[in-house]
Parts: sequence; C-alpha cells; structure tokens
Amino acid sequence: MGMTLAEKILAVKAKRDFVKPGEILLCDVDIALANDVTAPLAIKAFESIGKNDVFNRERIVLVMDHFTPNKDISSAMQVKFVREFAKKYGIVNYFEGGDVGIEHALLPELGLVVPSDLVIGADSHTCTYGAIAAFATGVGSTDLGFVMATGKIWLKVPETIKFEVKGIRGEFVTGKDIILKIIGMIGVDGARYKAMEFAGEVIRGLSMDERFTICNMAIEAGGKAGLIEPDEITKAYVGGRAKREPNYLCSDKDAEYKKIIEVDITGMEPLVAFPYLPENVKPVSEAKDIKIDQVVIGSCTNGRITDLRQAAEILRGKKAAKDVRLIVIPATPNVYRQALEEGLIEIFLDAGAVISPPTCGPCLGGHMGILAEGERAVATTNRNFVGRMGHPKSEVYLANPYVAAASAVLGRIAHPEEAI
Amino acid sequence: MKIRGRVWKFGNHVDTDVIIPARYMNTSDPHELAKHCMEDIDVEFVKKVSKGDIIVAGENFGCGSSREHAPIAIKYTGVSAVVAKSFARIFYRNAFNIGLPVIEAPNAVDRIDEGDEIEIDLEGGKIRNITKDEEYSFVPIPGFMMDIIRAGGLIEYAKKNMI
Repeated sequence: MGMTLAEKILAVKAKRDFVKPGEILLCDVDIALANDVTAPLAIKAFESIGKNDVFNRERIVLVMDHFTPNKDISSAMQVKFVREFAKKYGIVNYFEGGDVGIEHALLPELGLVVPSDLVIGADSHTCTYGAIAAFATGVGSTDLGFVMATGKIWLKVPETIKFEVKGIRGEFVTGKDIILKIIGMIGVDGARYKAMEFAGEVIRGLSMDERFTICNMAIEAGGKAGLIEPDEITKAYVGGRAKREPNYLCSDKDAEYKKIIEVDITGMEPLVAFPYLPENVKPVSEAKDIKIDQVVIGSCTNGRITDLRQAAEILRGKKAAKDVRLIVIPATPNVYRQALEEGLIEIFLDAGAVISPPTCGPCLGGHMGILAEGERAVATTNRNFVGRMGHPKSEVYLANPYVAAASAVLGRIAHPEEAI
Repeated sequence: MKIRGRVWKFGNHVDTDVIIPARYMNTSDPHELAKHCMEDIDVEFVKKVSKGDIIVAGENFGCGSSREHAPIAIKYTGVSAVVAKSFARIFYRNAFNIGLPVIEAPNAVDRIDEGDEIEIDLEGGKIRNITKDEEYSFVPIPGFMMDIIRAGGLIEYAKKNMI
C-alpha cells in the first residue's frame, strides 16, 4: 500500500519508511514560526522549559505582522519582548518594520519554506505552505515553545481527503472561489483533523498565488493541512528562491484516501461567503442587493501580486463609490514594490483607495480599517465570524479580488461583469 | 480525576474570535484575557460564570485561529472543563497543553441543559448528570494526555519527562 503526500512527508520527518493514519509520531521540525500575537506566549513557554538555547537559530522565524505598525502601547510592548528574545538568541529570521510582510506570503516568497518541509506555526493559516508541497500546520504557543526548545513535535498522522477539481473555469473565477466552493460543500468542520489534497486539471492550471489561496483556507474546513503535489509551476516558483535544497515528493499511485471528492466547477460563478461562517457560500449574483461600507483587498489569503493585478483589472480608470472605504494591503514589501512598478498602486490611488503597509490589520479586527456597528465589508480575507473585523454587529462577506473591486465601485456586492 | 460543576451551554462552531476577540490580544495576561471571554456572543458571561463551572457546546468548538489565548481566557474565568460534541483540532491541542480538560462527548451534549450540575470522570469516560440523575459515556482521555493534565500542561510535563 502506498502513502499520500502528507503521509510521506511525515514519514521522512519521523525517520520511518512507512506510516499510516492514526499513528502518533515524534517528528523533526524544519521551520518553527510565530508572530507578534503568538510569539510572546511561545517564548514564555520556551523559557519555562529551562533550556538555555533554541534548537536552531536559523529555523525559527518570527514575523511581527498582526498589529504592525504597532497599533498601541500593548502591541509595541509585545513586539519589544519578541525583539529582545530574537536578539538574545541570535534568531536569524526576525522580521519587523519595513522588512515585515504577512507571514504566509513572506516565507515562501523568501524561500524560507521549501517543498517537503515540516512547518509548525503558531498561526492557523500556516497550512498555506501546502501549496508548495510542505506539510504545514498551525499549533498554539505552548506547542511552539516546545518546538523552539527541542525541534520536535508530536503529531498524529491524519487521514487524507482528496479533492479532484475538474471542469472549465469561468471568467473571474479564481482559486478563492474554488476553496469557497469546497468549504461550502463539506462545511467548516468537513475536514476536521484531516489533510486535504487538492488535485485535478483545474488545480494544475492555477498559478502559485492562487494555489496559496486554496491551501491557506484549508483550516476554514477544519483541515490539519492542505497540500498540492509539486509540478513544473511549483518548481519554477521554488527555483531561485529556495534557501535550502527542496525535496519534491508526490502521493503514491496506490495511496489510500479517506475519501475522494469530485468538484466540478463548470458554469460556476464567483462566490461570496455570507456572515458568519465561511461555509455560507452563495453565487455572487444572489448577493447583489447588499450595500457595503468597506472593501478590504489583502491578507495572507489574497494579498499577493496576482490578487492585486485582478483587483486593478477592475479598478483601472474607475473610482470607488462615494460611501465605500477601499483599503488595499499588499502582503509583502516585494509585492508592494512590484505593484508600484506595474502601475497598480497608481490605479488604486486613482480609485480613491487607502494603501496600507503590509499587515494582517483589519482581517482580524486589529487595526487599519475596523468596522462600526451595523457596517458591512466585502473582504478578500478568510474569516467572517462574529466581530472578526470590528463591532460584533458588523458583517464581513468573503470574496475574490475581482468581486471585491467591483463591489467597491458599485457600493454594493457586485459581479465583476457589472463594473467593466 | 473527577470534575464537578454547573453547566453553561453554547451552540455549534463557537469560534476563537468570539471566545476571545483579537482586539484584546495585544496582551497575553491571562486575567486580562478572561475579562473578555465570550463577550461578543454573551456580554454577561464573565459576570455569570463562577469557579468550577463547565461549558457544554455543540460541534467544532474552538474553530478558527490558533490563538492559545482562547483556552487561556476560558480557563481563567474559572471554567474547569469544556464538553462538546467535537472540537477544532488546534483548540483541542492547546487546551490540553495549558491544562484545561476538554472532553469529546457527542452523546451527552443534547441531554445536558444549562444550569445542570454534572460530574465528569476523565479516566473512566463517564459524565454523571446530577440534576437529571443520568449518566453518559465518552471515550476516556488517553493516558499520555491525562499525564499532561495532571502535570498542569505540556511545559510542566516536558520538564518532568522529556528534557
């Protein structure tokens, strides 16, 4: 019997020839990641273990992205605490200020994560790196403190659900719509404790940026990891960036899956997830009467250059509606620079957008665009829970960058076709 | 190990953003976090809850973010355990790691009402509903995880066993 991609990576990390779902393994971790919110607790956990050094100062990555630029005294104190820790232990990959990007866009871009890595991050969207065929999963701060001390983690081998995505991709349908469709099909706990493997002709035809979007939201279906087998597109992305030698693993032909689910996207419109769960998915044409106050284009889900190009395609030569605040957040300094060089930033400024520095900011209701009571936002982010972007009585509608841009122009949720 | 307390009930998919909204995560002080626990779905919760109480909820409790602030906020309100039909994976791990017992008991949840007095036998896999004089069973907590709970969390456990 063969192994799935997820099982194969875990087998390598546990120094085993074969593993099967349900086994508990002690695995070697390649990258341990934390941010300004989760690192302080992880550092406290690390320190209370009482080891006098970290397991590897090059393999711990600390990205101060959630409340950057520090929004208040408490956040500044948290970052100061992490900065001092990074200095004390000589942590090589510490990112703050102008170096900071949203962690899950930044790490692959800089080649810090490579295919077949085991990445343990104190952030639930760590699953993003499955797009380059790494096994990447989120944990809490105590688990991460343990990893920082030992370089190891206990993991249960998850069963894998395979999603065969086929059909003809319609205009304005992106990776975001494919993952929203899947979450809508299986629900927010449909892949709880499971690895999700995204496969099929449609996935093969997607750019890396759209693949990152898909794997990023595996957690919104409860997934432990979301993976895509590497191909030429993966290799073209990884080559030239990888800071370590990549190992390209694929699922065996005779791998055993918990389930194989076919997803046919022929005839599918762009989708919108209604409050207050990402599974509340409807075609955009069924959402068109909803007036909005704010649009956010950015986040670890949709803040990469492809996303900004898609938004700019709609916004070129247009203005955001008078009563809509349009906020654009390039995910990393490189994305920002590239958007500037391609003229996208000018398009956004002409449209009346606020351009934010790279930050998680409003996605989690941190800062840079908080909603008042009764306000509604269309966001390219990943969660629309109660109070996620501000007041508990505000609402977030999740969508792709085309839909978000079109909605900004029309002042209500809109199909991209309406804004062209 | 037995835990006894009065029940507060919640529904399905109670996410980490309502357990502790991110706007309060500019600190990791557990007592400060506890002040805002469940605020966005029940403003009165932190005033009503008392030491030893037990949360009983539906499917997928703790879904969303990896923030350990969520189980910490619950623990420092005085809540002694969470019983649910199912838990989100990261929350489940975090809760054990910080020493908050969480029990997956799909058969029990619909039988238990808010205000009931229940007693949980962690190793025995039994929940006794004292108010209704009923008993429900669940898959007992595995030995390894009971050791973590007894030690008071993963760090204390690690100090004793692994380093």
